Amino acid sequence: MKIREILNLLGGKILCEGVSLDRDVYSACASDMMSDVLAFVKDQAVLITGLCNPQVIRTAEMMDMVCVVFVRGKVPDQTMIDLAQEKGITLIASPHRMFAACGLLYSAGLRA
Amino acid sequence: MEQCVHLEFEVAGNNFAQAGLASDQVKSTLKKLGIDPQDIRRVAIAMYEGEINMVIHANGGRAYVDIFVDKICINLIDQGKGIENIELAMTPGYSTAPDDVRALGFGAGMGLPNMKKYTDVFNIESEVGKGTKVEMEIHFR
Repeated sequence: MKIREILNLLGGKILCEGVSLDRDVYSACASDMMSDVLAFVKDQAVLITGLCNPQVIRTAEMMDMVCVVFVRGKVPDQTMIDLAQEKGITLIASPHRMFAACGLLYSAGLRA
Repeated sequence: MEQCVHLEFEVAGNNFAQAGLASDQVKSTLKKLGIDPQDIRRVAIAMYEGEINMVIHANGGRAYVDIFVDKICINLIDQGKGIENIELAMTPGYSTAPDDVRALGFGAGMGLPNMKKYTDVFNIESEVGKGTKVEMEIHFR
């Protein structure tokens, strides 16, 4: 699916468009522990997390991810947004909780 | 063997927001050198975990990076509190990180095992009260 669909499905707000909303993504992972993302993630393009600090962007960058979705209404600060823009990562904020966000995206075809 | 690049970084302790800068620069350098993206990712993960460790546990340290045509050597050296039991520290899930570090998304006990998993050579020496030295090599495939 396109990142734009993630935005729409999750009733999200776009915070920065590091990569185009028309970029196709096929897989995602969800975690609040960046350690686990670094340990277990393979080629996922999207990170769904309720954690909100600069290391989320760094982790996504190290894993070559192109989109981060912040759930539970978390909104990153400008430093994080600037870093994401620089690194070519699109940021989305969603009011949904983690479980619902994952369910919606999975039902729409995004896979692990 | 021809050496391409030597890089050194000061990793600031207690500056969580800045952690990852060194890894990021190494990643950019490898990209410019045209190294395979899968190899770059292994390097980025191993070095980033090491950098985070130095920030969280050792009040910072230094990173020495040598990039060759066919491999990268990374030495992470700190003068932190050291590791009492390395074998235990290498156990996936074992962590001595305090709760405030876990709240930041780290300290799941996957750092050292992860560094070992993604590298071709991994050596760690540590002395309590003196510091820790981690040597890693990643061979480009």
